[in-house]
Amino acid sequence: MTAWEPPDRPRSRLAYCCPEKMAEDREPPPLADAVQTDFREVEEGEDLFVSTVSTAEQLSPTSPEPASFPAEDISTNSNGPKQEILLDDDQEDLFAEATEEVSLDSPEREPILSDGPSPAITPVTPTVIITPRVDALFDRSLDEDEEAEENGDTFDMQITVSDPEKVGDGMNAYMAYKVTTKTSLSLFSRNEFSVKRRFSDFLGLHSKLASKYMHIGYIVPPAPEKSIVGMTKVKVGKEDLSSAEFVEKRRSALERYLMRTVNHPALVKDPDVIQFLENTELPRAVSTQALSGAGILRMVNKAADAVNKMTIKMNESDAWFEEKQQQFENLDIQLRKLHASVESLVCHRKELSVNTASFAKSAAMLGNSEDHTALSRALSQLAEVEEKIDQLHHEQAYADFYLFSELLGDYVRLITAVKGVFDQRMKTWSKWQDAQVMLQRKREAEAKLQYANKPDKLQQAKDEIKEEIEEWEAKVQQGERDFEQISKNIRREVERFEKQRVKDFKVVIIKYLESLVHTQQQLIKYWEAFLPEAKAIA
Amino acid sequence: MQTGLEKVLEWFPRAVNVDLQTDATLQVDISDALSERDKVKFTVHTKSTLPNFKQNEFSVVRQHEEFIWLHDSFVENEEYAGFIIPPAPPRPDFDASREKLQKLGEGEGSMTKEEFTKMKQELEAEYLAIFKKTVAMHEVFLCRVAAHPVLRKDLNFHVFLEYNQDLSVRGKNKKEKLEDFFKNVVKSADGVIVAGVKDVDDFFEHEKTFLLEYHNRVKDASAKSDRMIRSHKSAADDINRIASTLYTLGTQDSTDMCKFFLKVSELFEKTRKIEARVAADEDLKLADLLKYYLRESQAAKDLLYRRGRALVDYENANKALDKARAKNKDVLQAETTQQVCCQKFEKISESAKQELIDFKTRRVAAFRKNLVELAELELKHAKKIRQNLYIGNLQLLQSCLAVLKGDT
Repeated sequence: MTAWEPPDRPRSRLAYCCPEKMAEDREPPPLADAVQTDFREVEEGEDLFVSTVSTAEQLSPTSPEPASFPAEDISTNSNGPKQEILLDDDQEDLFAEATEEVSLDSPEREPILSDGPSPAITPVTPTVIITPRVDALFDRSLDEDEEAEENGDTFDMQITVSDPEKVGDGMNAYMAYKVTTKTSLSLFSRNEFSVKRRFSDFLGLHSKLASKYMHIGYIVPPAPEKSIVGMTKVKVGKEDLSSAEFVEKRRSALERYLMRTVNHPALVKDPDVIQFLENTELPRAVSTQALSGAGILRMVNKAADAVNKMTIKMNESDAWFEEKQQQFENLDIQLRKLHASVESLVCHRKELSVNTASFAKSAAMLGNSEDHTALSRALSQLAEVEEKIDQLHHEQAYADFYLFSELLGDYVRLITAVKGVFDQRMKTWSKWQDAQVMLQRKREAEAKLQYANKPDKLQQAKDEIKEEIEEWEAKVQQGERDFEQISKNIRREVERFEKQRVKDFKVVIIKYLESLVHTQQQLIKYWEAFLPEAKAIA
Repeated sequence: MQTGLEKVLEWFPRAVNVDLQTDATLQVDISDALSERDKVKFTVHTKSTLPNFKQNEFSVVRQHEEFIWLHDSFVENEEYAGFIIPPAPPRPDFDASREKLQKLGEGEGSMTKEEFTKMKQELEAEYLAIFKKTVAMHEVFLCRVAAHPVLRKDLNFHVFLEYNQDLSVRGKNKKEKLEDFFKNVVKSADGVIVAGVKDVDDFFEHEKTFLLEYHNRVKDASAKSDRMIRSHKSAADDINRIASTLYTLGTQDSTDMCKFFLKVSELFEKTRKIEARVAADEDLKLADLLKYYLRESQAAKDLLYRRGRALVDYENANKALDKARAKNKDVLQAETTQQVCCQKFEKISESAKQELIDFKTRRVAAFRKNLVELAELELKHAKKIRQNLYIGNLQLLQSCLAVLKGDT
C-alpha cells in the first residue's frame, strides 16, 4: 500500500517499520516503508538535536525534541501515552517540558486507517472536495521502544477542524467549524471534546497569543488570512465549486494553524488556548475586525513599528543574530518565489485537466464519425484514456496544492512571524538603550545639582533626583534582563523552528513525490491498456 | 542536418504509403534547410530514373512561396479535377518562438545566470522543433505528389524539381489576394448549392455526409489537442522554475536541508525534461496528425465539390439539350456541351472513387501508426519518470538517514 493515496480513498497513516525491512528487496513502491525508516532514525539520533543554548544550563536527560504526535488511535499497540510535563526550575526552559517518548512500530503493525472524520464533507456544499490530509506533519504512529523509554513522555494531542456549517444568512452569516480535540494531556479536563468556533474566534486567539508572547521572543504561529471575496461568496449563498473549495481551503488552514499552535510547548499551556479548545461559549472577538477600533489601532501600530525599524540602528554584538536574520531574509525571498511557481503549477495543471477532458470529448466525437470500424473503436478508447488522465491531472493538482503550495504559504507567513520576533528584540534593545540614556541624564542632573546655588530647594531636589536615579537604574537593569531573556528565547525558538521546518519540508516533499509516482503509475496503467487497442487497428 | 531530418521525418507517410517506398523511378526529399531572417530555404533533392530529367540526381533551392505556387497550379488544372490534391504545407511560422526568445532577452536581468541559460536552451530547442516540423510538412507534400501516378508527371512539378534558378514566383499582391477572397466566397456559396444536390451514387452520397462531419470533428479535435498540449508545456515550464528555486534554496539553506533541496531540485529537473518530451511527442504524434488530416479532409471535400459541380453542370447540360431539342434550336451545340459535361463528370467520378478509397486507407494507416507510437512513447516516458522518482526518493531517504547518523 502506498503512503500517498488518491483522495477518494480513506487516508492511511504512515506506518513505521524496522530498518531490517528496508534492507529486503522491495517491490515498487518501496516508498511507504522507506519513508518510515527516516523517522525511526530521528529518535535514535538524539545527539544531533541538542540545542546550543541548553549546554549552558542543566538539561533534563532527554533531548529537546520537537513535540510530535502519534496517530489518533493510541489504543492499539502503543504502550499508552504516558505524559508528564516536567517542570523545570528554570521557568523559561520550556524545552524541558517538550519531551516525549518516541517509539517505533513493531514490524507487524498495519498502517492505521484514519478514524477522524473524512475531510471536507460538509452539509453546506453540494460537492465533496477531498483533500489529501496533511496530518503527516503532525502525527506519527509511533510506538514505544524500550530504549526510548528514558526519553520521557509522549506529547499527544490531535486536533481536527471539520463540519463547516453556515450559520445565519445574508451579510451577517458566518461559517462555524467544529474543533475536535483528542488528548491525554492533564491540562485538559477531558480526553476528547469538541466545540464550535467561527473564523474570528481563531483570529482572536492569535491576537491574544501574539500580544502575550511575541514581545518575549516566542514565534507565535500566524492565523490564516482573511478573505473578503471568498467569504462574501459564501455569505451570499453561492453553493458552487469555488466557494466549496474556499471553505475546504480555510478548514484545512485552520486545522494546521491549531496544530502548529499546540505544537509549541508554551502556547499549549496558555489559558486562552485551553479555553479556546474547551469552552463551549467564547466571547466574540470583535477586535479582529479590520475596521474596529482595535483594528485601526493595529494598523497604526504596524506603521509606527515600520518607522521605528528604519530608525533603530542596533549595535549587534552577537553575530548569530545577524547571520540568522540574513538567512531568514534569503529564505523568505526564495520561499515566496517557490510558492508563486507552485501556485502557477497548480493553475496550469487544473487547466491541463480541463483541456484534456475537452479533448477526450472531441476524440470521442471523432471516433463516432470515423467509418472504419477498428479505427473508430480505437479513437473511442483514446477518448476514454484521456478522460481518465484528465481526472488524474485533477487529483494531482489537488496534491500540488494541498501538500506543496499550502505548506509554502504557511512557511512564508511563519517567517514573517520569525522576522517579527527579531524586530521585537530590536525594540527591547532600544528600550534598554533609552533607559540607559535616561539614567545618564539623571546622573548628570544630579551632578549639576551639586553645584547649584539654591540651598533651600537643594535637598528636596537631591532627594527627587536620587529617587529618579534609582528608578532608572532599575529600569536599565530590567531592560538588560529583558534583552538577554528575549535573546535567549529567540535562540531557542529559532532552533525549534528550524527543526520543525526541516521535518515539515522533508515529510511533505516526500509525500508530494509519492503523489507524483502514483500519477505516473496510473498513466502507465492506462496507456498499457490502450496500446493493444491501437495495434488492433487493421 | 541530415540525421536530424531523418529522425523527424520518420513519422510521416513514407512508411504508410507503400508506393513511396518501392518506387525508385522518382524519389524526392528535402536534404537541407536554412532558416533566415524571415524565410526558410529548402534544398529539394531528387533522384530519378525517368527520362524527363537531364540528370539522375540533382538538387535545387526552393522557398515556401514556390511550394504554394506548385500546389495552386494543381488546383487550377482542370485535368486534375478528379484527384485529391495533396494539401499545401503551412507557412513556416517562427513568430511565436521568436517572440518568446525576445521576451527572454528582455527579462535577462531578472533571473539568475543558470535560469537564463536553461530557458534559452529550452527556447532554442523549441525553435529547432518547429523548424524540423516545417521541413517535414514541405517534404510530405512533395512526396505525396511524387507518389501520385498522374501528378508526378506534371510539367510544373518537374520544373519545380529541376529548374535551378529562382522560379520568380512572387507572393500574391493585394489585388490578387482580394480576388482570391471573393473567389472563395463564391466557391463556398456554390459549394452549399452543389452539396444540396442529391447524388444518385450511394458511395458518393455517403462520402459527402461522412467527410462533412469528419472534417468538422477533426477540426475540433485538432484545436482541443493543441490547447491540451499547450497546458502541458506550461506545467513543464513551472516545474522548471520550481527546480531552479529549489536549487537556490539548496545552496543557501543553513540546515541539513541543503542536500535535500539539491536532490529534489535535480529530481524535478529530470522530471521536467521528460514532461517536455511528452508534450513534444504528443504534439508530433497527435496534434500534427490531426492537423494533417484536417487539411487532407478539406482537399477531399474539395474533390467532392468539383465532382458535384460537374454533376450539376452535366444535369444542366441535359436540361439545356432537352430544351434545345424541343425548340429544335442550337441542338448540335447543346449536344456537344452535354457530351463534354458528361465526359468530364464521368472522368472525375471514376478517379474520385479511387482517390477517396486511397484516402481512407492512408488515413487508417497513419492513425494506426501514430496512435501506436503515441502510446509507446507515453509509456516509455511515464516509466522513465517513475524510475527517476523511485531512485530519487530512495536517494533522498538515504541522505536523510546519513545526516541523522552524522555522516554528512
